[in-house]
Amino acid sequence: MRMLTFAKRTLKEILRDPLTLIFGLGFPGALILLLSAIQANIPVSLFEIDRLAPGMTVFGLSFMTLFSASLIARDRESAFLTRLYATPMKSADFILGYTLPLIPIAVAQSLFCFGIGLLLGMKPTVNILYALLFTIPSSLFFIGLGLLFGSVLNQKQAGGICGAVLTNLTAYLSGIWFDLKLVGGAFEAIANALPFYHAVQLEQAVIAGNFASIFPHILWVVGYGILALVLAVVVFLRQMKQG
Amino acid sequence: MNAIEITALTKKYKDLYAVNELNLAIESGELFSLLGVNGAGKTTTVKMLACLLSPTDGDALLLGNSIRTDANAVKALIGISPQETAVATGLTVRENLELMCGAHGFSREKTENKIRQLTEEFNLSQILSKKAGKLSGGWQRRLSIAMALIGEPKILFLDEPTLGLDVIARSELWDTIRALKGKITIILTTHYMEEAESLSDRIGIMKNGRMIALGTAQELKEKAGKEKFEDAFICLVKEAAV
Repeated sequence: MRMLTFAKRTLKEILRDPLTLIFGLGFPGALILLLSAIQANIPVSLFEIDRLAPGMTVFGLSFMTLFSASLIARDRESAFLTRLYATPMKSADFILGYTLPLIPIAVAQSLFCFGIGLLLGMKPTVNILYALLFTIPSSLFFIGLGLLFGSVLNQKQAGGICGAVLTNLTAYLSGIWFDLKLVGGAFEAIANALPFYHAVQLEQAVIAGNFASIFPHILWVVGYGILALVLAVVVFLRQMKQG
Repeated sequence: MNAIEITALTKKYKDLYAVNELNLAIESGELFSLLGVNGAGKTTTVKMLACLLSPTDGDALLLGNSIRTDANAVKALIGISPQETAVATGLTVRENLELMCGAHGFSREKTENKIRQLTEEFNLSQILSKKAGKLSGGWQRRLSIAMALIGEPKILFLDEPTLGLDVIARSELWDTIRALKGKITIILTTHYMEEAESLSDRIGIMKNGRMIALGTAQELKEKAGKEKFEDAFICLVKEAAV
């Protein structure tokens, strides 16, 4: 009950923020249109809509970190959390209340990206529904990062790190914009050791109906998702204890 | 009957004592003000009493419940209005009140009754559907206190409740606080001398984590040999050897 009340509040605050629409839907949507326009003039296999749309859903998910971290940092700075810590609410109410509402937002955002993809000629198959399901582990990774950054950063830092650094990292290290093999070396090795590239590969495999190819990518994404959430919970509980 | 009994309460950060062996008893229904310069230990004391911060040593009993061992029982007895306005800026005033009712686990019916009651008491009807982030500082503070009262606390902590408010807004908030006097125990921290003098039953002055003077405003003025309370405060703080 307490968790649901708090989750409802998280959902309202995020959906009422105009930045959610601009970054959550507008930006990934505009990029799909832009890159598809480039593809129409200079065909690049990387930007074919069946590969671009699933890639852009993963890029879009990186904004979940920004939404989550900004809200938590604001709640800490405004002492709103201090007020709630002095009520009978438990730590699980806070953690789930911050985490769960972002999952439907993430799925809705992915649906929006696939919707644009369908308008631009993506094949309407049942795999899109599966792909929406498979965005959940990636979403949990980004939401976990949001909880983590929101627990340690102030609002300004959260905006900079999550809004600029993380989204760029996601873009460059995911292989959406360029083939990682073209750069190769340490860059490719780093990209392979992080979850962004694997999240895109996972989504592309599902959309292509190539379910055997979701391995090992899904393991990387789930592993990083669990790591991010566990770390986030530990850090959140620590800052909660410090008052 | 004492609402709060503090015994040797201490908070230490490495070599620094934020609060050092604080002993204090506050009666039920009393409005007690904590005064002190920045870093005196007022907010740390309030945070420990509200179970937001663990003491390094000592204990405090709030209506018989230990802040060290009965935090859940203590939280059910208290309300806090922090130094910052601490409202959910993207929610309306009504939604903020509903959220606090939810945090206390109220039923739908009790939530409606509580919102109706606080709306009348705090004159919130004209701003009920406005976003909290769009309210003036004075209205945000008033909402903040209303939110702190949702859980029907026996003990209310008001941390710098009029900080940054203009004279009129401050005067209105004083009236709000006066209306609560006697009904519940109130612990007020403030930097404003006239606020402490005007509102409090008793005042405690802290310096470097220790309580250096305690009494009514009149008693403290007599102790310092000053006519004005502000002069008495300055004199007591400067003379205290801690």
